Amino acid sequence: MASEEKATLEPRVRQSSLDDGLNPFDDIDFPELEKSLRRPRTLLSILLSTVVTGMTVLALIPLFSVVWMLLLRGGEQLRFSLFTQLPPAPLEPGGGFGNAILGTIIIVAIAAFISVPTGVLSAIFLSQTDKKNRLASAVRLAATVLTGFPSILAGVFAYSAIVLVMGGFSAIAGAVAVSILMLPTVMLTAEEAIRTVPTKMKEAAIGMGATATQTIWMVLLPTAFPGILTGVMLAVARAAGETAPLLFTALFSNYWPISGGNIELMRPTPSLAVLIYNFAGMPFENQVGLAWAASLVLVVLVLTTNLVGQSLSRRRVKE
Amino acid sequence: MPETMDANQVSRPPTTYQVFVDRFFRGLCYLFAWLSVLLVVFIVVRIATVAWPAIRQHGLGFLTGTTWDPNTGQYAILPEAWGTLYSSILALIGGSAFGVSAALFLSEGFLGDLIFRILKIFGTQFHPFWGKWPERLEDYLKNLIELLAAIPSVVYGLWGLFVVIPLIRPVCNWLHLNLGVIPLFGTSLSGPGMLPAAMVLSIMILPTITAISRDILVAVPSKLRMASYGLGATRWETILGVVLPTASRGIFGAILLAFGRALGETMALAMLIGNANVISTSLLSPANTLAALLANNFPEAGPKEVSVLMYAALVLLGITLLVNMIASAILLRASPVPEGGG
Repeated sequence: MASEEKATLEPRVRQSSLDDGLNPFDDIDFPELEKSLRRPRTLLSILLSTVVTGMTVLALIPLFSVVWMLLLRGGEQLRFSLFTQLPPAPLEPGGGFGNAILGTIIIVAIAAFISVPTGVLSAIFLSQTDKKNRLASAVRLAATVLTGFPSILAGVFAYSAIVLVMGGFSAIAGAVAVSILMLPTVMLTAEEAIRTVPTKMKEAAIGMGATATQTIWMVLLPTAFPGILTGVMLAVARAAGETAPLLFTALFSNYWPISGGNIELMRPTPSLAVLIYNFAGMPFENQVGLAWAASLVLVVLVLTTNLVGQSLSRRRVKE
Repeated sequence: MPETMDANQVSRPPTTYQVFVDRFFRGLCYLFAWLSVLLVVFIVVRIATVAWPAIRQHGLGFLTGTTWDPNTGQYAILPEAWGTLYSSILALIGGSAFGVSAALFLSEGFLGDLIFRILKIFGTQFHPFWGKWPERLEDYLKNLIELLAAIPSVVYGLWGLFVVIPLIRPVCNWLHLNLGVIPLFGTSLSGPGMLPAAMVLSIMILPTITAISRDILVAVPSKLRMASYGLGATRWETILGVVLPTASRGIFGAILLAFGRALGETMALAMLIGNANVISTSLLSPANTLAALLANNFPEAGPKEVSVLMYAALVLLGITLLVNMIASAILLRASPVPEGGG
């Protein structure tokens, strides 16, 4: 199409210019318009394109190397007993990190139990309030502050507020520290999810005489549920991998966090992340191997949770 | 709510119970909103309270001294503050150069072009399935990079310890032997040190920079690009003259956000930086950061040291809060697409 137009256009222009005795193309340097390898701008383009492509490839190498090394060094250690046995003492062969997996699950579950209700209820408040409301701005500011909150400081806070007060390291202290880090993710995604519920649906409910609470529970929350769940899953994924806030709140323990059917919430509790940190610094081959295996298990856990969470909201968008 | 509908009365005012539930639930939401605000205030106040004895005892000298000795009770954090800033800035230089490059690569059609050309060889560039790959692959790669941001930092630390350090050690020692006059290579790398720490840190912040920058670059109205191409600009003249200036504020915000993350990053640094109380410009020397100091000293700290550590935590909190607030303010202003865009 384009070439046809050009062909019909050109002679006509020439014709009219011949009438004036002027050639409008005289001023144009045609070779200048063509792509030529000798011109600096072309060379610059090629150079920059190569640089950007090269840098991207270079940036991807370490990222994939992490995954590759995990599969290689973690994969060779993978065996069923890892999930059922306790961490080995130095120089002791075998062993596993069943207690750490259990501990991580306990800590994250308690943290979710704290942060999900707080986050979702605050999100309901945020989404149902005018954006200029003072308290709403304050809540949003608090969420922003917490989003960029260094994870170690959550640990420092839990140490000062719980470990010092209760007099010992515990799963509760670890969970409180982690829940602080989960809160902004849960809150901000839940707010976004509730806000994206079509106004029509809300108005229909109000028009039928539903109270605000009925509207929220029977219309807004069910509709926004996949989005809220995405936020929770992302927060859980992040929480499971957090090490710094657990280092001096939940500490670590070489024993099962459950004894005699009771979950020991007030004792030092093991977690996968802290196990990796502790064993990475050990000079013993077996423990380092376990650190790699634990990393693989942790990364698989985190990425699966992440992907499941993301797919939930993606399906919602497609609908 | 159970619907007790009889034929005569379709609508009715809410019962006392329903009104009560409504009031109660509104109050509950209000309460929890207040709780989240108070939580942040409480965190700062709590840390400051425990730090207060140390603040009174050490004052501002805490920020300028260089010794950390629990035996003599001398505490100061200048080396840690230096290490925090130095490692973060180094990581930021690497992370933003590579991160923004990757974002450009994934947003300005470089990858798409490449795939398109490969498809063209097979003559399938407009195939209903294969023809979608240029765009799809860019999306996949971006999601993948974003996913890598979710890998826990302790895993990056482990990887740095057993992969990066053995890999760069010979190179570093060669650099020290041959270029030791330059202060950057003034010491030899004995294992953990500033360079491996900064390298791993820059790899960790790269996904953040790439993901946010790419979103911002994609949001640059295509009209602007088209106008620039229409004037005869090449792709790179368009990128450098139009796209990057339009997106610059957002990219700057992304970089600042990554800076905030780098400042507060703990585990990878605690594992890789060597935990030595020195101020050195050498990339190969061990150093320490505020976050790593907290991570290493808290578990065995006595009551007096706890107070000092809380003071250090307060300093870290101040620095990261400042950087993060500036970053989110910039990103907030950068996010709306310019008028007429889309």
